[in-house]
Amino acid sequence: METKQILETIQMVEEEHLDIRTITMGISLLDTVAGDPKTTAQNIYNKITTYAKDLVSVAEQIEREFGIPITNKRISVTPIALIAGHATPDEMLYYAHAMDDAAKTVGVDFIGGYSALVQKGFANGDLALIKSMPRALTETDLVMSSVNIGSTKAGINLDAIKLMGETVMAIAEKSDTANAKLVIFANAVEDNPFMAGAFHGVSEPDVVINVGVSGPGVVKRAIEKVKGESIQVVAETVKQTAFKITRVGQMVGSLAAQRLGVEFGIVDLSLAPTPARGDSVAEVLEEIGLEQVGAHGTTAALMLLNDAVKKGGVMASQRVGGLSGAFIPVSEDAGMIDAAKAGVLSLAKLEAMTSVCSVGLDMIAIPGDTPATTISAMIADEAAIGVQNNKTTAVRILPTIGKYVGDMVDYGGLLGTAPVMPVVEKSSADFINRGGHIPAPIHSFKN
Amino acid sequence: MSKAVVTVVGQDKPGIIAAVAGNLSKHHINILDVSQTIMQNIFTMSMLVNLETLDEQFNALQDELNQLGAELGVTIHTQREEIFETMSRVSTQDQLF
Repeated sequence: METKQILETIQMVEEEHLDIRTITMGISLLDTVAGDPKTTAQNIYNKITTYAKDLVSVAEQIEREFGIPITNKRISVTPIALIAGHATPDEMLYYAHAMDDAAKTVGVDFIGGYSALVQKGFANGDLALIKSMPRALTETDLVMSSVNIGSTKAGINLDAIKLMGETVMAIAEKSDTANAKLVIFANAVEDNPFMAGAFHGVSEPDVVINVGVSGPGVVKRAIEKVKGESIQVVAETVKQTAFKITRVGQMVGSLAAQRLGVEFGIVDLSLAPTPARGDSVAEVLEEIGLEQVGAHGTTAALMLLNDAVKKGGVMASQRVGGLSGAFIPVSEDAGMIDAAKAGVLSLAKLEAMTSVCSVGLDMIAIPGDTPATTISAMIADEAAIGVQNNKTTAVRILPTIGKYVGDMVDYGGLLGTAPVMPVVEKSSADFINRGGHIPAPIHSFKN
Repeated sequence: MSKAVVTVVGQDKPGIIAAVAGNLSKHHINILDVSQTIMQNIFTMSMLVNLETLDEQFNALQDELNQLGAELGVTIHTQREEIFETMSRVSTQDQLF
């Protein structure tokens, strides 16, 4: 083995922030359903604390042996709306607290799956869960929530979008930061290891280990070495780098699954930034040749980056899943924060970028006096991009009461800080208040 | 677990190799391969060592070498070999574990 190769690996970890962003254990709760909510909640606590009891210690031992940080250990569970079909909004809190308590007992960073799938309509559990969100997300610490409001097959549930706009505002009135724990999806995936949108889909096995990799810093450093060369050289460089990053995820995931005695699911081939300098997707785009992210050309550069990451990663792992691609959260990415502060990166540009990357409008602070129908309309636009283009899109938006354009909001830790960004002030209310259902696109009828 | 790579990086001075090798010898760890060079005045050494008898004590060895590194003023990494192999090879994990 060559010393150069060894040092390159060590440098990736030490200087370029290569890490396994998350090992996420997916746990099915379908067998926990009992007659009353309290018993079910107890069953949920018991199942999670049994299966995940060694998750953190196994992950920490792997970190040690390989010298690779595993930043987060997480759990995802079956969407709670499916488990709590007959609960009232108040009774939903039992489930939220059972998840929170279990997560704290086993020592994980987050637990996802306080979720509902309403792309085609609401069942009783779905409505109760959504109505409980303002309390559930402010009375628990580690519980993460998501709602799927559209899919290419089902179309877009505009009633759900209207309700989620109102819910986001209701949460904002209770807390500046709790909306960071809520993602509104179109085409949500069932094996996503990343938060806040992780849940354990109904078609998944009983227990599974999924892994999300990260490493925008490694990609940036690799592109620095091909300055001035043609764009296909950049694509090839990203591909080869993504291969290496993903190999580490594949190895760590399969080893963790083996040691925990559960099935290994997927590697999520993602470039997920953190607020640390040098761990930024925006800086990668700038290295490709943009003066600042948000400049014309940003969408094209992101398309190349997202695609090359997938091409490199697919060959490096046995099974690929999750969201897979580049993440563009504003508050969690130093370069995005700079560009948003400078007014170079706008909401309109971010929306365009979401049509070519793996997520959506993510971790964006907006003024606290934004109407709920405007937030709903943002969700509708993102859903339209996802549904029409057969991809996942998401909205995680943070209206902040008492803050206006230009103010900074601090979310703490990996969630970072964000400048309050301007929103178009013309009303979308009449559109959202129509309610109903946007039909599925014609190209979804493939049978 | 079978093999690990011990990497030493830092300011060159007499006795680094002796100290690291001495520590490994104390643990009855066999050194399979050594590569050492000075890169831009920085001492760089990587050792491939056999851990077959040391499965349980990996953590203890790592702690001890970290401490030795601090005493010598160098950085010592002790990592399982697979991470370096895996990164640049196309193979299924079944072959590795």
